[in-house]
Amino acid sequence: MVLISPTLVFTLLMLAVPLIMVLALSFWTQSYLTLDRSFSLENYKTAWTEPMYQYLMARSLKISIFVTALTVLLAYPVAYFISFHVTPKRKAMWIFLITIPFWTSYLMRIFLWKVILGYNGVVNGSLMGLGLIEQPLSFILYNQNAVVLTLAHSWVPFAILPIFVALERVDRSLIEAAEDLGDNRLRRFLRVTLPLSMPGVIAATIIVFIPTIGDYVTPRLVGGPNGLMISNIIELQFKKANNAPLGAALAVSAMAIVTCVTLVFVWMNRKFMRGPK
Amino acid sequence: MMRGKGYFFKWYVALFLVFLYAPAILLPVFAFNDSSIVSFPLKGFTTKWFEVLQSTEALHVAVRNSLMIAVTTAIFSTLFGVLAARASTRFAFPARRSIMGFIMLPMVLPEIIIGVSLLVVIIQLGFELSLFTIILGHILICTPFCIAILSSAFMNLDRSLEEASIDLGQTRWNTFWMVIFPLVMPGIVASLLIAFTISLDEFIIAFFLAGTEPTLPVYIWGQLRFPQKLPSLMALGTLLLVLSISLLLLADYFRRRGLKKTGIENSGGFL
Repeated sequence: MVLISPTLVFTLLMLAVPLIMVLALSFWTQSYLTLDRSFSLENYKTAWTEPMYQYLMARSLKISIFVTALTVLLAYPVAYFISFHVTPKRKAMWIFLITIPFWTSYLMRIFLWKVILGYNGVVNGSLMGLGLIEQPLSFILYNQNAVVLTLAHSWVPFAILPIFVALERVDRSLIEAAEDLGDNRLRRFLRVTLPLSMPGVIAATIIVFIPTIGDYVTPRLVGGPNGLMISNIIELQFKKANNAPLGAALAVSAMAIVTCVTLVFVWMNRKFMRGPK
Repeated sequence: MMRGKGYFFKWYVALFLVFLYAPAILLPVFAFNDSSIVSFPLKGFTTKWFEVLQSTEALHVAVRNSLMIAVTTAIFSTLFGVLAARASTRFAFPARRSIMGFIMLPMVLPEIIIGVSLLVVIIQLGFELSLFTIILGHILICTPFCIAILSSAFMNLDRSLEEASIDLGQTRWNTFWMVIFPLVMPGIVASLLIAFTISLDEFIIAFFLAGTEPTLPVYIWGQLRFPQKLPSLMALGTLLLVLSISLLLLADYFRRRGLKKTGIENSGGFL
């Protein structure tokens, strides 16, 4: 208990206290430079009823859900490949190979997607070089698809790892048993491997879903005007618009929505862990 | 048995790796491209963008700031990590799981939430934004990663070694320094390197908490608006890429050595 206390105290001071202060701030109001510290639900009223915020919140949620789905779909076969098709000695190397891009300059990585998807970018250049298109495609950058793709690229290593861990725990003799009992490859996968790896899939979903809704850089760089997300407006309130209480209310609202969705996932996880009765 | 399906998987994984590594491969390509526009077709080989970096004074200031922050962050988050990892792997205490879960929370919390909440506290308390406030934020997000690495180092310790040392008349403190510390040393080095790498690359928290002094990512963000600066940013990105991959390989080497020392099979990456 004594040993852990410095770390715990630091986290309490730097995380719990600030989060409580954000919560408090969201119930205050600000006009120009004066902060009114009396309790008010005004900011929440604005955050939940103003069409712009409703719209941005819904869009952020939609983008996050798409990113999560795409990321898990992209990650599952890779995790499956590493778990079932790679010799045990090489597995650590593969996991390392998958995680390297995550550690390389975050800003430059996202910026390069702008270069890849841009009007004169890599994708358009190659497609025109191959003679497949005459004019550069303009619908691939500065929209929500670009945000989804770029975010999926950023988070896919985080989805592969938990799914891989879950697949590693799958008892191989169960798959053999299913094979002996006459299940073909697809049925074996659907009836044995997939259900047993479900905890990993749910963990991956949570790990990807929570942080993506708060992503700031990706929508700013590749999203264009129609790809902006809730964090961009939160930043605006805290900085240029100088309405920190509203920004705090938006941040708390976003976190509340994320928490609700996550709790549903955790509940699903529990259900899968217990298995069918 | 797996032949048909294995073939599909190989193609899928090959395509996936191209997707995963596309930005990392294009970065050096454009860094050495002799054109002021970052796009294809390539124009020729040059190292002039790296020379531009050498003569940019503002960049050097940002690099110094970032290095100072990253070194301080690495030391303190590893220190916090050692305490938490040792406590959680060796001792039982009330509410251990909730306390550890709380400490690990910054790993999954959106960084913008952490940035905003620290900004609120600093402004409400009337502090000035400075490099110091960025360090506090970075320690907060790096500590969970350090704990993850250090926990596996501490968990793999054979408790009988510790007991033997105490039976032979050493104090607890001496036992820690002479028996435990050398065994977890590789884990500590790996933790220092990982925290350094995360801090050096972290943008959002630094963006919210930076006062007048920028860190390297904040500097890069400011420059991304200017098209004429892009080729030299590609060069800078390439240098950072090489640096972080070297640090990771080094960290992985130490992590493996740590596992070997305690006689455990290597089971994968850091996370």
